[in-house]
Amino acid sequence: MTLAEKIFKTHLKDEPFPGTKVLGIDVVMCHEITTPVAINDLVARGKDRVFDPSKIKVVIDHVTPAKDTKTARQGKILRDWARRQNIPDFFDIGRNGVCHAIFPEKGFIRPGYTVIMGDSHTCTHGAFGAFAAGVGTTDLEVGILKGVCAFREPKTIRININGRMPAGVYAKDVILRVIKELTVKGATDCVIEFCGDVVKGMSMESRMTLCNMAIEAGGTSGVCMPDEVTADYLWPFISNDYEDKEAAVEDFRKWWSDEGCDYARVIDMDVSAMEPQITDGYKPDEVRDVSEMTGRRVDQVYIGSCTNGRLEDLRVAASYLKGRQISPEVRGIVSPATPKIFRDADEEGLIRIFMDAGFCVTNPTCGACLGMSNGVLAPGEVCASTTNRNFNGRMGKGGMVHLMSPAVAAVTAIEGKISDPRKFRREEAA
Amino acid sequence: MKKFGGKVLFLDRSDINTDEIIPAKYLTEISKEALKPHILEDLKVEGFDPASGEVREARVIVTRSNFGCGSSREHAPWVFEINDINVVIASSFARIFRQNMFNCGMLAIELTEDAIDSLFRHKGSGAAIDIDFEGDALMITSDKGKDSLTYKMAGFDKALVKAGGWVEFADAKY
Repeated sequence: MTLAEKIFKTHLKDEPFPGTKVLGIDVVMCHEITTPVAINDLVARGKDRVFDPSKIKVVIDHVTPAKDTKTARQGKILRDWARRQNIPDFFDIGRNGVCHAIFPEKGFIRPGYTVIMGDSHTCTHGAFGAFAAGVGTTDLEVGILKGVCAFREPKTIRININGRMPAGVYAKDVILRVIKELTVKGATDCVIEFCGDVVKGMSMESRMTLCNMAIEAGGTSGVCMPDEVTADYLWPFISNDYEDKEAAVEDFRKWWSDEGCDYARVIDMDVSAMEPQITDGYKPDEVRDVSEMTGRRVDQVYIGSCTNGRLEDLRVAASYLKGRQISPEVRGIVSPATPKIFRDADEEGLIRIFMDAGFCVTNPTCGACLGMSNGVLAPGEVCASTTNRNFNGRMGKGGMVHLMSPAVAAVTAIEGKISDPRKFRREEAA
Repeated sequence: MKKFGGKVLFLDRSDINTDEIIPAKYLTEISKEALKPHILEDLKVEGFDPASGEVREARVIVTRSNFGCGSSREHAPWVFEINDINVVIASSFARIFRQNMFNCGMLAIELTEDAIDSLFRHKGSGAAIDIDFEGDALMITSDKGKDSLTYKMAGFDKALVKAGGWVEFADAKY
């Protein structure tokens, strides 16, 4: 069996029709954009309750601080509900961060879990060996009320990523290349399994970057096999459950896909000769080598989001920015994804590097990624961005977004035009 | 059950995403009514004008592959529902959008690419589609004549439509 099949088997509550599996859900995550309508509907139905307050995790992250009356109202509905339902894990302003960065950081995700959220990038949490799927508001509403969600059992696509990561190439480049290979619909109704030596050698942050963009190929969840790296990351939260890390890893192995299990497709990828990758167009599978794109002028550079707003990403960007200034033609914006990341980045001196270089440092928020709070583009403007979607209008009507790694974004900010990080000297920032 | 069928809006492009169906800046709304004027506002398809009478009169959308990719926002089905469009017919759908349609008691009908081609032959001829929900069949009528097709719909999806949506189905059963 694959990892996903094992999770489906252990969480199966009902099979109301052949091929439809109703699963028990371990974690239901909520933010202020897609949850308020579910809350209002539950109230209207006279069913204002939750299946288990300890399994519901709530954050205000998309527009924070509120920018107007409408977003203030969304925050209030979520806040009042979290208090009314005695939900212990509610993260409001000052303690809030991007959902797919703060929830893993708090240790809410474990191998073998089922996770849903009214947010397509929920697939991020599969990095821990969980089945984590984005859903709509109605699925979220039922998840809140009953703790279940229905799925067609997904097939699994395995991506073996091997070779040696060249200098200047990061997890973001790998996932952009995978999406180019799969196309924006190549993984629909599939889980994408990221395997191979490159993934084994990756940090949890990098694995989250990979899994985060599984949805851009249509995937239901990205997953990585939980191992020593997973146990290290989770250890502060699981140390009472296991004698030692080795015991945790041994236990995690039960979720691993079995030898000889059934895959819809297996892709072997060698990254040794890969260039940094970047999108050109309005679809995330329109991916090119950075060398084909260098020299194109940009107006804004954005470093942040659930894809690349973690400490590791800020360290990489700062290693190129240290001692340098960004082009006066460019607006640089960086959004550390959580308060912890912000604090750690500050203690390591990264925030100072960004500010000295001429970046605006915002509070932790989804920010410019989807053009609904700060950092909106004017028509005709171009943004070099570490986010996950380049859809038409995504960052503002008439704007163009090029997706890239924090390294490409940093050197692009310095030059004011798309640039190749392999041509720059790096200085370890921390 | 909702009403299904009527005038057709043809969107001749694959990979239409939910940002194009309803841009993120309108996600601060908490009523479906407020979304109504912004349907397909950022959609780039040759010859398509979101403000045209064609959109206002449409009851069915016929399009290509991977419709509704991108964000999980249920605001995409909602903006169709509030504009009386309860049926989308495509050669394939993104998973979350497809589930959101059935969860709202609306229809996401999958046909082969050839069958979609046969529907597109009626584009620009005042086409309307009748849906026979129980019979898993549809008929398109236009100045160019009539075509009848059958489709397959999963038992679960059909049950959701009959129940009026997933909340109703789940609340009765779990």
